[in-house]
Amino acid sequence: MTTTLNPRFTFDTFVVGAANRLAVTAGRTVAENPGSAYNPLFIYSGSGLGKTHVLMGIGHAAKSLAPQLNIEYLTLDEYVEAFHAAIAAGQGDAFRRRFQNVGVLLVDDVQFLTNRKEMQAELLRLTEALQQAGHQIVLASDRPPAEIADLDERLISRFSGGLVVDMGIPDYETRVAILRRKAEGRGIAFQPGVLETVAKIEFPNVRELMGALNRIVAFQAVHDSPVNEEAVRKVLGVASSGVGSPSVASPRVASPSVASPDEFSQFLTDVTATVGKAVEAWRAHVGEAVMRWQGQGYRTGRLEQLLDKDKPAAVDDEIAAYMRDVERLKALEAEVATLDPRAAGDKVFHDPDRMDEAEAAAARVREGAAPPPAPSGAFPLESFRAGPSNEVALSAARDVIAKPGKKYNPLVIVGKSGLGKTHLLNAIGLELSKKKGSIVACLSTQAFVDELIAAIDGNRVDWWRARYRRCTALVLDDIQLLAGKERTQEELFNLFNQFLDAERQLVFSAPAHPNTLEGLEERIVSRLEGGLVAELGEPDKDVRRSALEGLLRQQRVMTDTALLDYLADRPVDSVRSLTAVVQRVIEAAAAQDAPVTAALARDVLEGSAAARRSAGARTSGFVVSSAGGVRSREKMVWDWPTAADRVIEDMR
Amino acid sequence: MSLVNFTSREITCKIVYYGPGRSGKTTNLHYIYERVPETRRGRMVSLATQTDRTLFFDFLPIDLGQISGFSTRFQLYTVPGQVYYNATRRLVLQGADGVVFVGDSQARQLDENIESLQNLQSNLLEHGVDVRTMPLVMQYNKQDLPRELILTAAELDDALNFRSVPSFSADALHGKGVFETLKSISELVLKKLAAGSPAA
Repeated sequence: MTTTLNPRFTFDTFVVGAANRLAVTAGRTVAENPGSAYNPLFIYSGSGLGKTHVLMGIGHAAKSLAPQLNIEYLTLDEYVEAFHAAIAAGQGDAFRRRFQNVGVLLVDDVQFLTNRKEMQAELLRLTEALQQAGHQIVLASDRPPAEIADLDERLISRFSGGLVVDMGIPDYETRVAILRRKAEGRGIAFQPGVLETVAKIEFPNVRELMGALNRIVAFQAVHDSPVNEEAVRKVLGVASSGVGSPSVASPRVASPSVASPDEFSQFLTDVTATVGKAVEAWRAHVGEAVMRWQGQGYRTGRLEQLLDKDKPAAVDDEIAAYMRDVERLKALEAEVATLDPRAAGDKVFHDPDRMDEAEAAAARVREGAAPPPAPSGAFPLESFRAGPSNEVALSAARDVIAKPGKKYNPLVIVGKSGLGKTHLLNAIGLELSKKKGSIVACLSTQAFVDELIAAIDGNRVDWWRARYRRCTALVLDDIQLLAGKERTQEELFNLFNQFLDAERQLVFSAPAHPNTLEGLEERIVSRLEGGLVAELGEPDKDVRRSALEGLLRQQRVMTDTALLDYLADRPVDSVRSLTAVVQRVIEAAAAQDAPVTAALARDVLEGSAAARRSAGARTSGFVVSSAGGVRSREKMVWDWPTAADRVIEDMR
Repeated sequence: MSLVNFTSREITCKIVYYGPGRSGKTTNLHYIYERVPETRRGRMVSLATQTDRTLFFDFLPIDLGQISGFSTRFQLYTVPGQVYYNATRRLVLQGADGVVFVGDSQARQLDENIESLQNLQSNLLEHGVDVRTMPLVMQYNKQDLPRELILTAAELDDALNFRSVPSFSADALHGKGVFETLKSISELVLKKLAAGSPAA
């Protein structure tokens, strides 16, 4: 349930500027003195400004200073989900104990507490318990506590009682520093002035800044020469004068912290050391183990029996054996949770004295798991036609296949209808699924939405989520269909974060740049823009020619250069239109019982009305492919070469 | 009173601040109270007269949270300093695990200090406790006063600390020496616990 800390998100990799210095300083202080400095620490900022990075940075720093510290990072939704699973399994108390035992709890996206009264009460209880136990809680949100709609007053005052800091949009210098560090990290050199030009654009967040860098990287990768400033402006679509002046956002403290309790902290440290020496070492050891595992909801009868003895022979061995069993149970539970979260709540996964039963329960769940929809085998990468109009997208696709999750994540392929987005998406999915141990979910956004609705209807949302969460890659076609589907956007947002954190690849397609799509939430848009947005252009001659060869071969038509040249020169705006052209010519040839030649094609496509009528294509506007399926009327507009002809057609 | 309870995994230390009237016992507790995070301290109970003299006793519970798997609590008490409240002092002293003797550094208060120390000894004896076995630290408060008015820590050690227990110069009003004293008595109490056989 808990997300592992992303190893890349440390304070060392975070570029500190005026807009985020306070948050980072507070974060470092908290990591050094968990539970005593600012508790709770509440960080808020707009999407894509590094909240998650700072949260995880705190986790890493605290862990490196105190390796024994129990640190958990999770989003509010994960917390809610775990809570519901625990309640469903009758393990509510164990769940609470488990979280109360966490030394540093990092909760992301708490703005989703809106309209969740039950979870607000639960979080209030948890915050109080953690504070009382001297454990640290750090929260992140996209807005300050007081602006989270319908948030309980008590929570607002509690959140505001520690330290509330915001993180602003990085200023120009910080943006340059971020870009330089990223470019260095990826081992890519740019001409002087290039990164500065990118930094001059006032992106609303760092994620989109990274998206811009990705575009430059991808552009430079497919062109032999290094990009210059002019090319950067062109690629990013800004006029020379269109770059704004750098803006500086200043952080502010919303609430003062409590008086420094340093003297008490020091005292506590000293007393802890003294108690450690005072209590019989082995009893303390067993006591700690019992507390720890009980706190995590495990039965500890075996360990408690040790405490009843005067001096057991091999305490350490007993504890080690117990821990091995717990680790195995955790592994089983985690595996089951990815397959069927409801089954993971089974008490048997929390009782090290019932290992056999746990193994059997996990085996039962394994048998019943179903994989998510896979990419279609009809769209192999080899049959995708390459040319200058799509080389950036194709090159990005190859990079994604070579290094899934590492280079461009997410990859968003944009382009008009019929340019091969679905083909490329499925091709990427197919290639990714060739890797060992991979599970690639590849489907249309509509199918994704329909599945979720069916899952909600069947009360199987947990199961639905689990199917996707265990995927190594998620490929969604036509992401614009998410517009207005709030619940699906929320689910996708959570999946998105998990995939990014775990460096699992996400690939999407859209008809236009994500930031121009209507009805998509900003948090989704900024994440889409944060990877690489690669465009598919209208097919150039290379692509058309290559596609024609494939189409004609598929239809078993003997091709000659004249026919290819003629058809390749036809003005079409997509491969799909080209397919329709070829289809018309072939059908006309079949009707006339003549071979497909350049002359016949010319006759059919621009020749006499009689020839066209005999082809039977103009009267309906629909062309029925011999391969099945119906091409829509809008794809056939070019069939009427002149407006006058079209008017006559309409009058009939 | 059971200091360490292995069954419920609890450690509870009762520490009593003892000393003559107006030596600064309550001031010690106030300073500690202000430094302990709100979530860790209980309500400080202080029963004072209109002139801010401790009438009955002060009580400050502090929850130190989980230490080595034990839920650890400190209970800090003060006794009323005035001579005529001896019954209360004796009551508060019952079950104490350690004593902080807060002495007044003013030269003219030396007799009161000695008297209070003797009173401590006799009250402990009433409970059947030998002062030599009780964890004890000395705190010489008001060391911030003008030099001509006070005795130095060394002089006070000579006059009061004949058992050579740990002693601390303090200015409780401003916090100097307060936590050092508390830390020292805590260590003595916990070490004694280690030496003795823990109750199960």
